Amino acid sequence: MIDIKHLHKSFGKVIAVDDVSFQARDGEITGLLGPNGAGKTTTLRCLYTLMKPERGQILVDGIDASADPISVRRRLGVLPDARGLYKRLTARENIAYFGQLHGLDDKTIRARTDAAIVALDMHDFADRRTEGFSQGQRVKTAIARALIHDPNNVILDEPTNGLDVMATRAMREFLKRLRSEGRCVLFSSHIMQEVAALCDRIVVIAKGRVIADESPEALRQQTGETNLEDAFVKLIGTDEGLAA
Amino acid sequence: MKSTLVVFLKEVRENLRDRRTVINTLVTGPLMAPIIFVILINTVITRELDKAEKPLPLPVVGAENAPNLIAALKQQNVEINPGPADAEKAVREQDADVVLRIPPDFEKSWSKGEPAQVEIVFDESQRDAGSAIGRLRGLLDSYAQRTGAMRLLSRGLSPSIIRPLAITDRDQSTAQSRSSGLFAMLPYFFILGGFIGGMALAIDTTAGERERQSLEPLLANPVPRWQILAGKLSATTAFAITTVFLSIISFSLVGQLMPTEKIGMSLEIGVRFVVCTLFVMLPLAALLASLQTLVAAFAKSYREAQTYVSLMMLVPVLPTLILTVLPIKHEFWMYAVPLMGQQVTINRLLRGDFVPVSGLVLSFVCTAVAALILCALTVRIYRSEKLAISA
Repeated sequence: MIDIKHLHKSFGKVIAVDDVSFQARDGEITGLLGPNGAGKTTTLRCLYTLMKPERGQILVDGIDASADPISVRRRLGVLPDARGLYKRLTARENIAYFGQLHGLDDKTIRARTDAAIVALDMHDFADRRTEGFSQGQRVKTAIARALIHDPNNVILDEPTNGLDVMATRAMREFLKRLRSEGRCVLFSSHIMQEVAALCDRIVVIAKGRVIADESPEALRQQTGETNLEDAFVKLIGTDEGLAA
Repeated sequence: MKSTLVVFLKEVRENLRDRRTVINTLVTGPLMAPIIFVILINTVITRELDKAEKPLPLPVVGAENAPNLIAALKQQNVEINPGPADAEKAVREQDADVVLRIPPDFEKSWSKGEPAQVEIVFDESQRDAGSAIGRLRGLLDSYAQRTGAMRLLSRGLSPSIIRPLAITDRDQSTAQSRSSGLFAMLPYFFILGGFIGGMALAIDTTAGERERQSLEPLLANPVPRWQILAGKLSATTAFAITTVFLSIISFSLVGQLMPTEKIGMSLEIGVRFVVCTLFVMLPLAALLASLQTLVAAFAKSYREAQTYVSLMMLVPVLPTLILTVLPIKHEFWMYAVPLMGQQVTINRLLRGDFVPVSGLVLSFVCTAVAALILCALTVRIYRSEKLAISA
């Protein structure tokens, strides 16, 4: 469960996030939708305590992020926008490194890595060094690494960026699976179809502000558009920065 | 603390898989000091042997014009060779260090008792030729003086009339002191060794991690940033220290094989040298590692970091240059200055001079404190928000 209240964050004169509030509930997939530069990544970065917001409060499973960032990070599985791997380590070693940083013992790491290899279909490359991995292989490794500590909350920043059709489909299935396990899944995207296909709840952000926080159904009704993409364009008032 | 160890082990493992890093740490860095040492010793040996009397090969143009002079030169261990057709050209093109030319009217002036001309053709910018020119001039001078003395005697005058001064050289230099300028450079190459050993890791673990976009996911782990940084710093320091250690060991091995005693030098390279050098170099390796990490953390990209860190190699040259160019007298406060303390210690150890234990301890403590301050500074930089975000 993630609860963001009145979040503000600016860089110099640029206001990146302006009074953003929303909730992401357990057992649901929440989509953070908005054009490029809307403040999605900054919001997520504040959430996983990489950045400190100027104002506002972030609660993860009831823990205040500014008071106890370490505990918050322990409860989050994060796939950031930057998802670099260590190229001289194998996929398995990359995953184990993060497991160790979470303080897990070798047995647990081994068992969870094996489970992730099955779940994400990584058999072919799990024991290869990550240098020369395809984009899809990288993302899978990065996800397995982010979830090694079995977190209740999963945050993904544009998880399907750069993936081909097959990999995107696999990713969607994986997110649904996380939901069915009762986790709180929050992901950002600027792609309409993706959000429509997956989300139980859509938070639309533009210019650093939340302009809608509804279920996909309600969103269509609110704007009077049957097509979600049209609804989206109507909401943000422009189709600038909107890529299909 | 466990997280620090995890980071340390991962960085070590990852970098041991990088062939270039391993070669720099285990080969290039450690070979720096011994190779320079061998070159230095060779220079010194060549120079000292030059001083010793050995046949001086001398091309002479017009040797037939002055048979007496030639005979006298031959007696003084000069090897007379036929002269080149064009003496100036031969010297300019370095075919000969020096050429003696005796004009055809030498004999005529000589028998009349007038100054008979001989020409020494040389190129002063050729420093190698210096000792040959000096020797030839000395031989000619003494031949002229002997002949002059005999001419005076034959006229019933004492030769001492034209020698109002009796000059005798009493050179106090030893082979060792003549080389001290050269040997002042040696400590720098130990320091440079440590520098090379840590360089790859300092860049790879900071700017490299950022450029590879792996820093942001790393910082999303529930570990305080200073612990992550501590792991990275200790990995860099470990590589630097390994290089320094190997450097000192290989140096002492090479040092014991070099025939320094043959030319009357006594370099003290034994257990004492190894232990003392290692002792003062340990905190310096940590200091260099933190300095490199600090500088690399400022850089926006791997390449930029490489440029900065490479430029920093010039920093440890400064005390070396100061001590080489301005031979300041050895003073106790020097041990307190990082880099300079190591420089003084290694230099004096090599020459078999006394190094006080208090000096060693002072050098260790001051360098360690400087290293800690740099670590703290680096941690501060790592706290900043901007650092984590990759381009």
